[in-house]
Amino acid sequence: MLLIPCPYCGNRPEIEFAYGGEAHVVRAADPRKEDDAAWTEFLYFRKNPRGDHAERWRHAFGCGRFFNVKRNTYTDHIEASYRIGEMLP
Amino acid sequence: MTQSYRLSAGGRIDRTRTLTFSFDGKLYLGHPGDTLASALLANGVHLVGRSFKYHRPRGILTAGGEEPNALVGVGRDDAHFTPNLRATQVELYDGLTSESQNRAPSLERDYGAINDVFWRFFPAGFYYKTFMWPRKAWTKFFEPRIREMAGLGRSPQTPDAARYAQRFAHCDVLVVGAGPAGLAAALAAAKTGARVILCDEQSEAGGSLLAEPDAQIDGLPAAEWLKTALAQFVAYPQVKLLTRTTAFGYFPHNMIGLAQALTDHEGERNDAQPRGRLWQVRAKRVVIAAGAIERPLVFPDNDRPGIMLAEAARLYLERYGVLPGRRALIFTAHDGAYRTALALQRAGCAIAGIVDLRPNAGGPWVAAAQKAGLAIYPASTIATTDGRLRITGATVKPIAGGSGQRLSCDTLLMSGGFTPSVHLFSQSRGKLVFDATLDAFLPGAPAEACSVAGSAAGVAALAEVMASGAEAGAEAAGGSAFSYQVTNAPEAQGGFIGAVPYHGDPGSVRAFLDYQNDVTAKDIALAMREGMKSVEHVKRFTTNGMATDQGKLSNMNALGIMSPVLGKPVPAIGTTTFRMPYTPVPFGYFAGYARGELFDPERHTAIHGWAEAQGAVFEDVSLWKRARYFPRGSEDMHKAVARECRAVRNGVGIFDASTLGKIEVVGPDAAEFLNRMYINAWTKLQPGKLRYGILLREDGFVIDDGVIGRITDTRFHVTTTTGGAARVLTMMEDYLQTEFPELNVWLTSTTEQYAVIAVQGPMARKVVAPLITGADISAEALPHMSMVECKIAGVPARLFRVSFTGELGFEINVPADYGRAVWEALMASGKPYDITPYGTETMHVLRAEKGYIIVGQETDGTVTPDDVGYAGMIGKAKPDFVGKRALARKAFAEQTNRKQLVGLLTDDPALVLDEGAHIVADPAQPKPMTMLGHITSSYWSETLGRSVALALLRDGRARTGEQLYVPLATGNARVSVVAPVFYDPEGTRLNG
Amino acid sequence: MDNLAETTSLSRLFALSGQAGDRHCRPVTGGARFSLRVPQASLGAAGEALGLDLTGPINRAVSAGQRTALRLGPDEWLLLLAETDAATVAASLSQRLTDGLYSLADISHRQTGIALEGVAVTDILNGGCPLDFDPAAFPVGMATRTIFFKAEIVLWRQDLTRFHMEVWRSFAPYVWSLLANVGCEYAD
Repeated sequence: MLLIPCPYCGNRPEIEFAYGGEAHVVRAADPRKEDDAAWTEFLYFRKNPRGDHAERWRHAFGCGRFFNVKRNTYTDHIEASYRIGEMLP
Repeated sequence: MTQSYRLSAGGRIDRTRTLTFSFDGKLYLGHPGDTLASALLANGVHLVGRSFKYHRPRGILTAGGEEPNALVGVGRDDAHFTPNLRATQVELYDGLTSESQNRAPSLERDYGAINDVFWRFFPAGFYYKTFMWPRKAWTKFFEPRIREMAGLGRSPQTPDAARYAQRFAHCDVLVVGAGPAGLAAALAAAKTGARVILCDEQSEAGGSLLAEPDAQIDGLPAAEWLKTALAQFVAYPQVKLLTRTTAFGYFPHNMIGLAQALTDHEGERNDAQPRGRLWQVRAKRVVIAAGAIERPLVFPDNDRPGIMLAEAARLYLERYGVLPGRRALIFTAHDGAYRTALALQRAGCAIAGIVDLRPNAGGPWVAAAQKAGLAIYPASTIATTDGRLRITGATVKPIAGGSGQRLSCDTLLMSGGFTPSVHLFSQSRGKLVFDATLDAFLPGAPAEACSVAGSAAGVAALAEVMASGAEAGAEAAGGSAFSYQVTNAPEAQGGFIGAVPYHGDPGSVRAFLDYQNDVTAKDIALAMREGMKSVEHVKRFTTNGMATDQGKLSNMNALGIMSPVLGKPVPAIGTTTFRMPYTPVPFGYFAGYARGELFDPERHTAIHGWAEAQGAVFEDVSLWKRARYFPRGSEDMHKAVARECRAVRNGVGIFDASTLGKIEVVGPDAAEFLNRMYINAWTKLQPGKLRYGILLREDGFVIDDGVIGRITDTRFHVTTTTGGAARVLTMMEDYLQTEFPELNVWLTSTTEQYAVIAVQGPMARKVVAPLITGADISAEALPHMSMVECKIAGVPARLFRVSFTGELGFEINVPADYGRAVWEALMASGKPYDITPYGTETMHVLRAEKGYIIVGQETDGTVTPDDVGYAGMIGKAKPDFVGKRALARKAFAEQTNRKQLVGLLTDDPALVLDEGAHIVADPAQPKPMTMLGHITSSYWSETLGRSVALALLRDGRARTGEQLYVPLATGNARVSVVAPVFYDPEGTRLNG
Repeated sequence: MDNLAETTSLSRLFALSGQAGDRHCRPVTGGARFSLRVPQASLGAAGEALGLDLTGPINRAVSAGQRTALRLGPDEWLLLLAETDAATVAASLSQRLTDGLYSLADISHRQTGIALEGVAVTDILNGGCPLDFDPAAFPVGMATRTIFFKAEIVLWRQDLTRFHMEVWRSFAPYVWSLLANVGCEYAD
């Protein structure tokens, strides 16, 4: 069980959290301007790296906030966690 | 039988008390402090099991958790029975009942031993190659036979009577193993004030110090030092010492799983107290002081009962006062076995000789053996052994060749040296580094915040073991190490991996590596001949290391055999991954408290008790219990539902809708937020009005629906499906927090704040109105799809004029505590109108008659609003909502034959179609038929006096009027396609 | 019929107490609860309206008289009030925060309270809650949403050996039974 650093609450055990998929997948401000290919990419395509991965978690049984985590999917080492809207460190 | 192999003094057993126990129905005696294995040995019993594949007689090989042979079932009855326990770890208690495994009818006469006669036909990979044909024979014949023949203990058939506990714990330093290294580490850490957990799998802390008669630590005999060390822990309240506790798994971020046995040693007398406790420990630092495991030597017929590891024999002697036999032959490549020989000789056991693979072993232990006059055979090997149910002798040969000499013995004690226990370290993904001088994998760079101390790190001499422990403990806690003065503990050296030279035809002998899975040296060679080069492939082909002991004894010997054949050094071959659990953990530990009614929360509404008292039949809807129907007298569901339906259509019904998800959406941007989430337009919805909303996923498919009320300009009361409540709130939070953070709106789950009572039917207003204060609920003042805040029966309420039945209806939201009282007030008010409680089944029928969809029944995650005929609800002027862009994709626009919601009427009005049944155009067409769609809802409609069905049908709306077929088990049913509204299509009844 | 709510004594508690092992638990009856959401900009004003300092850290409780605010997140507070105080609080917030930049939702009936007291309480909580209850990690005055077995709870440490737990009403019997179940392992 991971120990996840919530940017609001500090280190908390994984069972308090819900995984939220790849981070920084931005929904276009005006989807009408996106072509079909771009929207399909947005809907269905996600990275699945062996190594560093920026991903979303939600502190569901905690402060309820979504936030981002930079985690190595092979070692499970968490390098950083940061709030929504902040840049990947 | 008397304990004829028990010494009159010595060991840590309590001879003042005698315990009676049984093994395979025979009664024996032992003492407190014994394990089942030591007590059996005290009674001269070595034969304790039959091997997995060949059913060879097997004896007790070890004295610890690595035991591959002595697997037993223990328990006074089936409800307290645990199979596959290692007799070496089962603590003796009075009345213990145990049985051997994998034999029929008895250990001495086992039919399965026929496999041993035909062993040449069962080489490694046998199962992969043999039972290929005919295919059906595998499941019908071969597999059941093999399962009957092979396998371990029997599963108990009754529920486990024991309770199991679980605990989360945190500490600064977790020390695994309370031997000399672990104790030194824990003491060093404790002195810094750190929170320390020290765990050990044995019944008492001490590890090797429990069988250490010679060494002195800080001027005290080891056993005395141990007492003072344990006494010191009492002064540190922040130190937790857990005995009978196995660290079985190392999980990411320094989470360690511990399995603590609590009452097994008491005979599980007390079912009220937990039998075991699963600990999930989060440690800032971990010190692994797990010790080392002695390796067997791989020589022909090295598996006869009476053959044992040398250090195990010494342990039985020193700790339990038990002689393994009267005449022992020693076979070794390690000095430790000399120590065993000397100790046994002192205790009165004859030593037939010490056969040493090494040409010129030296050092203090060898010198002591020479001085004691023991016969030493250097540079020699054992070519074979004899004896059926117990070893009777062995043939010793010089490695260089020449004639052999048979030495008789009743026990053979072997040592191939020690393998450091790197299991936990490896589980933590720490790198293992091969040490060529020790022939061992040692812990290298750690991947977690942990260190390894003592013999688990390859350190052998007691002084160094303690020093490394103290250093690791101090470092983990940020303190300083202190040193111990250790005397009279000379280091024992040596070791061997692989198969020993034995000068025989390799095809005609069996030298076992993996005792539990019956893997021989020959099998490894065969695997490599068949092309398996990777250690992982060899493991799977031969099953070496795949038994419950996970190769604790066999892995290094397998590598030792592979290395010369492949012409690669051991580190170039690598080792297999160590997997958790370190030793098997009973399932009950993982289940913990989550059994029976505590497996999952069972959610009840505020009105549940009333429904229960009325004899309602409940169904599970997510975690909720919902009343499905309210049978009267001997009614079955069909009759009850028909009556409930009639009541709602003709009079009035009352329904508990409390489980509907509810979300309070509040803030200046509440309407804009709903605009972006739901397909509908919300800006112009006036306070006091309701609207049915449809929610899509971003991919354009319907995910939820519900009625939404505007309480004020800035406050909405959103309802969701029962099962979708949590999902919808999470989805809304996701968009709000990550995509629309600029919106000033906040979401609160109010599902459980309100009890929701639906009153439906032409008489509904007559029932509700007399209880209302503070509002006019007449048809004019409160038309369909509007709401008002008022009081009902004196309770504040949000009163919705809404219908999921097609009748005049109200849904009354009251604070949950008052739900039951308001319900009962409505029942009283409705009495003159024969108000009838109805359940979810009736609700489903009534809404199907109206063609109202249920998300998850008419939709399956691939259904768009247009598919269910709701395209008209889409707010056309809205630039965006979740799912809008996806629906605009060409892929959707160009698709012409989507499945659409239609109604179906069977030719035979009495026939109720099966939900899920397929629809075809021509039932005579060749199979596989072209499926046009499927039935989503199908009911007997009491109102219409016939069956009705909803279906998703390809290009369905264009097929209205067509006749199609539904193949059923009872034949092909002809159906007509109709609009999906069967009752009151104009909706006049809603507005009554 | 107008005074039913006042005249009918309705238990917010369920038939909970009296199980073996539940001597550490006591149902907390009555009380009003609000979920209060306030953005950063309104913190000061909302605090003034309530007479509570809302600028303190996340996962801490602030109390004044019978009013308590547990800060569960950056913009979220659980208000625990006397029932008679509920209308006052709602009114003063709406008077003070005229821009409407806040959310107040009545959740008095959504959840119920359980008081836990005794030296064994942290051990009992650790039967199903993964948090570290060492006073250094979870000091007196800390309050947070967390998990107990499969149920969401809010836990507020009122003293070293005293906690207040909030749980959704339909999960309360489950949580209570588990507290009792684990409690069986402790004599005191």
